Amino acid sequence: MKDLSVRNVDMVYDVPKGEDVQALKDVSFDLESGRLLTLLGPSGCGKTTLLNILAGFLAPTGGTVTLGDDVITGPSQERGMVFQQGALFEWLTVAKNIGFGPRMNRANKAETAAKTEELLDTVGLSGFGDAMVYELSGGMQQRVALARCLANDPDVILMDEPLGALDALTREKMQKLVLDLWNETGKTVILVTHSVEEALYLGDRLFVMAPRPGRIEREYDLPFAEMALTRDARELKASPEFIEKREEILSLIWEMEEEIMGRAG
Amino acid sequence: MSTDPSGVGVQDSAKLAITDKTGSHSASGFLNRGPRSDRKTVTFGDSSAVRSDWRWSLVSLVLLFFVWWATTRAWGFPSEFQIAEEANYRQIANCNCDDEFTQIVGPRSFPAPRDTWDALKELTTDGFQNISLWEHTWASLSRVLKGMFWGVTVGVPVGFAMGLSSKARGFFDTPVELFRPIPPLALIPLFILAFGIGDAPAVRLLIFASIWIMIIAARSGVQTANLSKVRAAYSLGASKTQVLKNVLLPNALPELFTGIRVALGVSWGTLVAAELVGARDGLGQMIFAARPFFRLDVIVAGIIVIAVLGVLMDILLRVLESVLIPWRGKG
Ligand SMILES: Nc1ncnc2c1ncn2[C@@H]1O[C@H](COP(=O)(O)OP(=O)(O)OP(=O)(O)O)[C@@H](O)[C@H]1O
Ligand SMILES: [Mg+2]
Repeated sequence: MKDLSVRNVDMVYDVPKGEDVQALKDVSFDLESGRLLTLLGPSGCGKTTLLNILAGFLAPTGGTVTLGDDVITGPSQERGMVFQQGALFEWLTVAKNIGFGPRMNRANKAETAAKTEELLDTVGLSGFGDAMVYELSGGMQQRVALARCLANDPDVILMDEPLGALDALTREKMQKLVLDLWNETGKTVILVTHSVEEALYLGDRLFVMAPRPGRIEREYDLPFAEMALTRDARELKASPEFIEKREEILSLIWEMEEEIMGRAG
Repeated sequence: MSTDPSGVGVQDSAKLAITDKTGSHSASGFLNRGPRSDRKTVTFGDSSAVRSDWRWSLVSLVLLFFVWWATTRAWGFPSEFQIAEEANYRQIANCNCDDEFTQIVGPRSFPAPRDTWDALKELTTDGFQNISLWEHTWASLSRVLKGMFWGVTVGVPVGFAMGLSSKARGFFDTPVELFRPIPPLALIPLFILAFGIGDAPAVRLLIFASIWIMIIAARSGVQTANLSKVRAAYSLGASKTQVLKNVLLPNALPELFTGIRVALGVSWGTLVAAELVGARDGLGQMIFAARPFFRLDVIVAGIIVIAVLGVLMDILLRVLESVLIPWRGKG
C-alpha cells in the first residue's frame, strides 16, 4: 500500500477572456495509505480540481503529487474514480460495466466473471448482473460505479460527490456501504461532499477548504468513522460530540461564506 | 427520450418491474392501468401527452385513397380511343415533343387507383420497355447501397478524426464546409459530363450526397461523449485504442444511426433525380421514360413504389436501431 503526498500544488486556470482563476494555491498534505479523507468546502474552492489532479486528469501548474514513489502524470488504474453520475457505460450490462477494467487488462474471463459476481454481492446487487444500467435507480447505479472501481483493485479510490444526487435515505445506506468497503478493503479513500454531516460521519480525516484562492483552511482527525463500524448511524449522528463538531464546522463555513459575500459586495 | 416519469408508457412497465425488487418504485400498479397520459387532466399544451394515434393515421390514409378514387373516377383515365387518337397525332405531327402534344390533346387525366394497380401488375410481369420492375428497383437500390457504403466507410473515420484531433479538424473543416452546402442535384450535369451515363455518375453522386452527412454525424457522435465516461475508462486502465473502441464508438452509435437514416433519405431523393437524366435503368429512369408515351399510370405506379421503398427502408432502420441501440437516449 502506498502513501499519497501532495507538495505545494498550484492550479491556475487560463481563462481566455477574463482573469485567470487560481483554483488551488500551495496545497500540501500527506495521506497515509488506508485513510478515509473527506473534502468539504463552499462551491468553487477547488475540490473537483484537486481530485482531478490526484486522478491524473489534470496536470497542476505547480508542485507535485506522488503516490508511493511514483509522480502522478496521468490517469492510472491504481487510482480509481467514482463520479457523481453519468459515468457508467449505458451500452453495457451491469456485469459488463463492473468487468470493464479487467477486460481492458485482458484478464482471464472466468476469473473476471467470478470477481464480478463477488462484487455484485459486495454492493448488494446480486441478480442484477444482466440488467442494463439505465434500468437501475440512482442509488443502484452508484453501487455499480463503486463495484466497477473496485474490480481493478486500485490503491486509492477518489469520489467526487458520489452520493450528491441521491435521496436522503438511499444516501444513508450508501454511506454505510462506503464505510464498510473502506473497512474491509483497507484502501485509501478521498471523498468530496457538500454535506457537513457526511464529511464528519465518513471521514477519519477531514479538510475544510476555502476558496479564492482554493486552499486547505482547516484539518481535523475524526473518530466517527471508526465508531460507525460498531455503532448505529442515527445514534452516532445524534450524539453530543457529533453535533458539537458539526456546529463548529458549519459556523466555520458560514464565516467563509460571509467573507466571500463581503468581498463581493 | 424524456426522463419525465410521466412519459413512461405501458411498454416500460416491464423494465420498471426490475427496480421494484428494491421497493424503491411502487409505480407499476398504477402503470398497469394503462398509459399515464390517460390520467392527465391537463393535456392541451402538454406535448408529452400528445403522440400519434394510429387510428387517425388510418382515417387519413383511407381519406386520401378515397379522394384519389373519387376525383379520378369523375374525370377518368384516357380511354382506348384517346390513346389511339394521341398515337395518330404523333404520327401526323411526326414529333416527339411532349409540350406540343399536351397542347393539342389537353392535359392527361390522372390515373385512377384501378389503372395504377393494373400498371403495377403489368410492371411486375412484363415490365416497362423490357425491363421488369424488379430490375429497375434493384438498379436503384444497389446504387443507393453502394453510395451509402462508401459514404459510411469514408465519412465515419473522417468524422471521428475530426472529433479527436485539432489537426484533422482543421484539415477537414475546409472541404466539409465548402462542399456540404452544395445541393447534390446541382452536380448532376457535371457528373454526367465527367463520368458518362449509367451507374458511375449516379453512385458517385450518392457518395457525395451521403458523405458529408456521415462526417458530421460521426464528428458530433464523438463530441457528445461524456467526459466522465472517457476519464473513467482511462482510470480503469483502457488505452487510447480501447477508449475509441469501447467508449467513443458505442457512444456515437445513436448519432451514426441518425446520420445513416438522414443520408439514406437524401440519397433516395437524389437518386431518382439522377436517374431521370443519367441512367438506362432504375425507378427514376422508368418514370421518366414513361412520359413521352403518356403512361401516367406507369408514372404514378413508379412514384408509389419509390415512396413505399423509402418508407420501408426507414422502418427497417428504426427496427434495426431499437435492436442494436436499446440504450438510445438513456445515458
Ligand atoms: N476548466 C476550467 N476553466 C476555468 N476555470 C475553472 C475550470 N474548472 C474550474 N474552474 C474554476 O476553478 C475554481 C474551482 O473549481 P472546482 O470545480 O474545483 O470547484 P469545486 O470545489 O469542485 O466546486 P463545487 O463544489 O461547485 O463542485 C472555480 O472558481 C471554477 O470556476
Ligand atoms: Mg466539484
